[in-house]
Amino acid sequence: MKETPLSNCERRFLLRAVEERKRLDGRQSYDYRNVRISFGADYGCCIVELGRTRVLGQVSCELVSPKLNRATEGILFFNLELSPMAAPAFEPGRQPELLVKLNRLLERCLRNSKCIDTESLCVVAGVKVWQIRVDLHLLNHDGNIIDAASIAAIVALCHFRRPDVSVQGEEVTLYTPEERDPVPLSIHHMPICVSFAFFQQGTYLLVDPSEREERVMDGLLVIAMNKHREICTIQSSGGIMLLKDQVLRCSKITGVKVAEITELIQKALENDRKVRKEGGKFGFAESIPNQKISAFKMERAPVDTNDVEEQAEEIIMKADPPSDFVAKPILRMPGTAQIGEGLENSWGDFEESEREEEEEGNSDDATTSGGQKMETEEINIVSKTKKDDDTIILSDSEEEEVVILEPEETHKKTR
Amino acid sequence: MAGLELLSDEGYRVDGRRAGELRKVRARMGVFAKADGSAYIEQGNTKALAVVYGPHEMRGSRSKALHDRALVNCQYSMATFSTGERKRRPHGDRKSSELTLHLKQTFEAAILTQLYPRSQIDIYVQILQADGGNYCACVNAATLATIDAGIPMRDYVCASSAGFIEDTPLADLNYVEEAAGGPQVALALLPKSDQIALLEMNSRLHEDHLEQVIEAASKACKDVYAVLDQVVRDHVHEVTTLLGE
Repeated sequence: MKETPLSNCERRFLLRAVEERKRLDGRQSYDYRNVRISFGADYGCCIVELGRTRVLGQVSCELVSPKLNRATEGILFFNLELSPMAAPAFEPGRQPELLVKLNRLLERCLRNSKCIDTESLCVVAGVKVWQIRVDLHLLNHDGNIIDAASIAAIVALCHFRRPDVSVQGEEVTLYTPEERDPVPLSIHHMPICVSFAFFQQGTYLLVDPSEREERVMDGLLVIAMNKHREICTIQSSGGIMLLKDQVLRCSKITGVKVAEITELIQKALENDRKVRKEGGKFGFAESIPNQKISAFKMERAPVDTNDVEEQAEEIIMKADPPSDFVAKPILRMPGTAQIGEGLENSWGDFEESEREEEEEGNSDDATTSGGQKMETEEINIVSKTKKDDDTIILSDSEEEEVVILEPEETHKKTR
Repeated sequence: MAGLELLSDEGYRVDGRRAGELRKVRARMGVFAKADGSAYIEQGNTKALAVVYGPHEMRGSRSKALHDRALVNCQYSMATFSTGERKRRPHGDRKSSELTLHLKQTFEAAILTQLYPRSQIDIYVQILQADGGNYCACVNAATLATIDAGIPMRDYVCASSAGFIEDTPLADLNYVEEAAGGPQVALALLPKSDQIALLEMNSRLHEDHLEQVIEAASKACKDVYAVLDQVVRDHVHEVTTLLGE
């Protein structure tokens, strides 16, 4: 299904918000969303939630014969899947540009940076090596897939345990997990991608763009770094023109962010290890809250209410006093009453008969702006008791009165 | 290849160049009569051919037409005989798709697409011999071809690669240096305004060295710009003399 296009007013709203350094979810320009890492029951399975973007990572291994030109190295295979579950815009079967871009970026970030020691994956040189396969599935798309995917990949790899193997001469014995404890992979460093969204030809930049921000951005810069401040990959995309000092500034910000995220990952891995050792319950069943069907939850956002009263007073003093118009119920016939009259329909010339048949519902005085919005709802107010002595009883003689309201001065016609 | 030094003690690289030296660049414009613009470039042993058609009406799906600018359609392919071992898939594999996307991104930023709404500009690049710096040779060839086609651009787009060995940045890597696995940067630059159209980096590089490497790549791009500019001026001079001014 084709992606719903973003309306112009929403686009303008987002761009104006960026100019005023405000984001829709209340973050600062350089803030990340909350990262949550949960592990499955098997080794090598994890779900990473970056805000509402969710990626599932699963690592598996297999003994295969090595590539001809690299006989002593294991094989690493990365695959990111975008299914329609993540966003209706992703169609099954067709491989969109985004998928190629993300997959290549992940490959370069994880394979070319040599984060995993491939020599240690060799069992018998030239005959048998381990093939490690990392499968990533995007479960929900709320922006910044690449960051979440890179975190999921590296966490899954750190969490994974491969079966132990012993070689005696020509004989290779593969031990099952029951016979011997599985062995972790040897990981040199943890590269993490950080995305920067650029707006207005690079004047404004945001870290960790959400899906809406991604739609209106000019371009994206992805920097992958590890905690030793070594850059593993840089990729600029979109039609933006960058300047050298912008790139350098982004790399400094990346250093800070990667340190935070790496710490979080270490803590999560440590917790999981502890739980498994102590024999506690682990796995997705524990970490995903089960009282909600969808398992999505809104995090509590702290709202600063310190000077709300002063601000509110200021606004109230400056604002115009509310209009004195009080809606009085109009009794049409016994059993049917009407409160308020809507504004005149400005869509076009209706037939007289159609207009008489319509009943206009109550519309807020505060929200309607001078006859632009028309809400024609059929509200049947059944048996409204007359409390006010001021109720107007409509007679058959339909005189047209012009009611002018202060202070808005809207021109209304009553029926 | 153990024991192969990429940078000797005297400061010479594998092919005898200095650290900041580019390979020899030879280029020709207008190699095909049928295409709107075409160019052939040789950077050392890397040979690339670029052909530009356009701007013309949208072919294929009309729905992809953009109402306010031209669509830039690129295709990058490597000839099967271009690498040491015969290439099984000239285009369509992941690496080629990625390079196609990068080319498209680079030229969408450089070409003044607002002048041609609802139309399409095709850029086809073919690598005839790959000896390192494939993407950079493609970008340089495509720039020349676009100029040959008469399509207005903001500035030349010049690309160069750079690496980092033993605290020295190297400019314009060849295949041996790329295959060694050290850090590599590919940079596409608009020389007059120093704006980066594409920046791509692979392998590990410490943050502190990033500035040096980008500097080396920028300088190499400006050197390429000098050569390309000369090629364009010579070609225009040749064509105008043939027309009989």
